[in-house]
Amino acid sequence: MSGITTRGQEAEIAQSDAILLEADYRDWIALLKPRVMTLVVFTGAIGLLVAPGHVHLVLGLTAILCIAVAAGACGAINMWYDRDIDAVMRRTQRRPIPAGRIDPASALGFGITLAAGAVIVMGLALNVAAAAVLTLSICFYVFVYTMWLKRRTPQNIVIGGAAGAFPPVIGWAAVTGSVDLVPLILFAIIFIWTPPHFWSLALWANDDYRRAGIPMLPVTNGAKETRRQIFLYTLVLVPLTLAPYAVGFSGVSYAVAAALLGLIFLQRVWAVLRDRQDAQGTSLTNDAPARAAFKYSIYYLFALFGALAVDRLLG
Amino acid sequence: MSAMVDQSGRKQDTEAQIGRRRRGRSWAFLIVLLALAALFYAITIVKMAHL
Repeated sequence: MSGITTRGQEAEIAQSDAILLEADYRDWIALLKPRVMTLVVFTGAIGLLVAPGHVHLVLGLTAILCIAVAAGACGAINMWYDRDIDAVMRRTQRRPIPAGRIDPASALGFGITLAAGAVIVMGLALNVAAAAVLTLSICFYVFVYTMWLKRRTPQNIVIGGAAGAFPPVIGWAAVTGSVDLVPLILFAIIFIWTPPHFWSLALWANDDYRRAGIPMLPVTNGAKETRRQIFLYTLVLVPLTLAPYAVGFSGVSYAVAAALLGLIFLQRVWAVLRDRQDAQGTSLTNDAPARAAFKYSIYYLFALFGALAVDRLLG
Repeated sequence: MSAMVDQSGRKQDTEAQIGRRRRGRSWAFLIVLLALAALFYAITIVKMAHL
């Protein structure tokens, strides 16, 4: 039995099992992937806060709302497109579409409506540049990451990570009406942070990815190579986080915070690299270091961007 | 939230559950509409003040 057949059958079983259940408002909220939205909103808000210039509070909150809604729209469209693999993966099979509580066409319509609404409101309330970058981020996530890269290459989250790196650029553009070096540095930081973050997760969740046929790096190249790549990307990331200081955008307090946070991150991914493992690189410790590195990577990005905002606002 | 199981073994909501979910959706929709109206009003006022 081929993997595709199995996936199709499992999806069908999941659909028929629950097709008679009625969606409630929480299912529509779940379509927006609210947990993913948190980091997007936070980094978007930081881009808005650290940008030179001033924007009225109402307009600033509107920009953040548009970023959040657009991120949610991408989540809904992603769930529509990935409904077959979501039905197979343990982590995602209870989502509203594979569970049969929301039909795929409604989810797609919901996503497109929210995406269009977010772009239009951003353009009317803030400016065309912010709306254009928001549109670019939505298109990148939907067409480049979800539809093109995700199922085809282990580089999916490396290139696709760009989609999650747009929010500070959008926030910056909402205030200034333009994009220059600093938001591009913030973009680069999130872009380089994404692979070690996701691969730390993929190391211990790769059974799900394997079952769904997603070519995540641990599935295609093995755990050993994934550990090496996690460490190498973090080695590049830590000096890059000092770039805002190097270009004169931030003060010493940010540089010290970035260096300390980076050193802790390096220590965490070194533990992932040196985890007790068999010849194939499979962990003998239930991937405890990778779990810790994944968890820390989230705090790391929050703390790093938080430190930048504090430095700019107090400096 | 539990569901009944029909003769073919599939899960099925009771009428009360369906009604509760529909009411929940309607209230959520109303709140979103009111929030959007308030947001557009606030945006308009701010933009007009900066004309």
